[in-house]
Amino acid sequence: MSALVRVEDLHVRFRTAERTVHAVNGVDLSLGQGEVLGLLGESGSGKSVTLRSLLRLLPERRTQTKGRIEVAGHDVLALEGAALRAYRGKVVSMIFQEPMLAFDPVFTIGDQIAEAVMRHERADRAAGRARALEMLERVRIPSARRRLDAYPHEMSGGMRQRAMIALALACRPRVLLADEPTTALDATVQIQILLLLRELQKEFGMGVIFVTHDIGVALEVSDRLAVMYAGRIVERGSARDLIRATAHPYPRGLLASTVHGAMRGRRLDAIPGAPPDLSQVPEGCAFAPRCRLAEPACVAARPPVVEIGEAHVAECRRPVTGSVPAEG
Amino acid sequence: MSVPAPDADLGGPAQPLLAVRGLFRHFPIRGGLFNRTTATVQAVDGIDFDVVKGETLGIVGESGCGKSTTARLLVRLLDPDRGELVYDGLPVGTQDGLSLREMRRHVQMVFQDSFASLNPRLTVADSIAFGPRVHGVPAAEATARARDLLARVGLAPDAFGRRYPHELSGGQRQRVNIARALALRPRLVILDEAVSALDKSVEAQVLNLLQDLKAEFGLTYVFISHDLNVVRYISDRVLVMYLGRIVEIGPVDAIYGAPRHPYTRALLSAMPSMDPDRRTLEAPIAGDPPNPINPPPGCRFHTRCPFAADVCRTRMPELVAAPVAHGHLAACHMADPASGHPQAETAA
Repeated sequence: MSALVRVEDLHVRFRTAERTVHAVNGVDLSLGQGEVLGLLGESGSGKSVTLRSLLRLLPERRTQTKGRIEVAGHDVLALEGAALRAYRGKVVSMIFQEPMLAFDPVFTIGDQIAEAVMRHERADRAAGRARALEMLERVRIPSARRRLDAYPHEMSGGMRQRAMIALALACRPRVLLADEPTTALDATVQIQILLLLRELQKEFGMGVIFVTHDIGVALEVSDRLAVMYAGRIVERGSARDLIRATAHPYPRGLLASTVHGAMRGRRLDAIPGAPPDLSQVPEGCAFAPRCRLAEPACVAARPPVVEIGEAHVAECRRPVTGSVPAEG
Repeated sequence: MSVPAPDADLGGPAQPLLAVRGLFRHFPIRGGLFNRTTATVQAVDGIDFDVVKGETLGIVGESGCGKSTTARLLVRLLDPDRGELVYDGLPVGTQDGLSLREMRRHVQMVFQDSFASLNPRLTVADSIAFGPRVHGVPAAEATARARDLLARVGLAPDAFGRRYPHELSGGQRQRVNIARALALRPRLVILDEAVSALDKSVEAQVLNLLQDLKAEFGLTYVFISHDLNVVRYISDRVLVMYLGRIVEIGPVDAIYGAPRHPYTRALLSAMPSMDPDRRTLEAPIAGDPPNPINPPPGCRFHTRCPFAADVCRTRMPELVAAPVAHGHLAACHMADPASGHPQAETAA
């Protein structure tokens, strides 16, 4: 099967006058047609930077990118000018945590969606408006026709998120990148948006990469999961394998420290310490300083990629087998 | 003449540490010609509850439900429009009660934003010692107390005491804020989304720390959060708010195991499933929480409630005790056999 998205050995460095940050340090990933990949990690793990690289959204002057990104036959890192503009929004589109930043505050929702359609499909204004209306209905915004002429600030948080999804999907992209789209939402609204995304993904047959720090959210939407730490993917597999047979000590620790179900009063098995400072690339395993199982070899050299099960791998010298102890 | 607060327990274990009686706080929105009040945010609209000595009371709700306004009213960072606070039997801020200054020695708060709640120009040791010094503790003793507290929250005093807030990570800063809150030796600590901004691995460390400190210092917590898992983990009792009102309050197992208010049930079933084989199939309720500006009449949840009847649109339900579970109250006409709601529980 040829992958829709293929990322090979991606490295991203940010340079400022004072320091360099090694945000992504060798990420490989692939995404098939109609598949949802959850990219799970804490702040600074490089999950959002990886996602933004796919759309070339990182500031060019301060960013050094190495590696290869291929999306639906496009060599993304080589795209320039008109080709890049045609790629963004048509082949790959993105939704964000904060919809106010995705919309221009001085144009109506309807005009902004119509504009995207007019640019990418050489449609006229009437066709653009018609598509905008269709999209607002698709994402189930009540009284969609009236909402076409609403400005972003006139909508509630959940409605704005729906409108942003409508904008992102208006040109039927093949890949949707979702960067924590439900993090700022209330619980009862979050689940509505997750279900909507799942439904539209099936309907349009899109590939989706969904970045989140919330394991519960990742499990609700993903077919496969990849866990990032210090700019690398440390474990990947099907959502089921990754939650039931977690092998790498970092995702195991993350699960043990995530409060869920009936754990009342029990002491949390927290991961000690804090994530590393990424001004240098760690020689060995970046998690080793916080890992209870670490041995001298873990610090000295990068750990091997170990096959745990079918399509389930962990980058660890001492992967754990057996189910995760913390159960709710 | 206000009386000084007793450091020791006053009313015995049965007396609530803090009693909240009929608290209201509305915020006017001004605009138009002559800056008239054009609307009112009914942030907190008549709430009553007790904080029992030694417990952790969790407060949950979505944005705009009034949980943070409640927190600020409890430490009197905001003045209520109406209602009173009674701290261990003493009315707060009245002539013959407890002065605000004394009350704040006993009731401290930790905020979500660990950076904004520390003075950027003070070292963390000085920030922690500041409160005690203002309250008359000699400088040397205050400094010693700050060092001791830094050690208690897991930050080596020699390595961290002289640092400034910007030199610390979010988790470390939140530890400093907890130490600062404890520096006055309070009995009640209000934690307003205190772990919400932290990554999961750090959040777990801070939750463990909070449990340890509670046992060590005999503290009582009011723990406010939108994270239902964390509230379930840490709380003894839970209070659920919706648009400025309490919809349900009770022991944590009763709230999570047998919720009585339709809103509580919806909130709980909106939590993501942790099982990829049993994903959520349907959203429990549609739409966004309504705006607390001019909330709906009657029961405030009736616009989103699948069980809404005529009585819900006209009359505001009061908190009613459950027939069996002790201390489990819900403000729903269905929980009140006398309400006239067609699906009301029959008196058991």
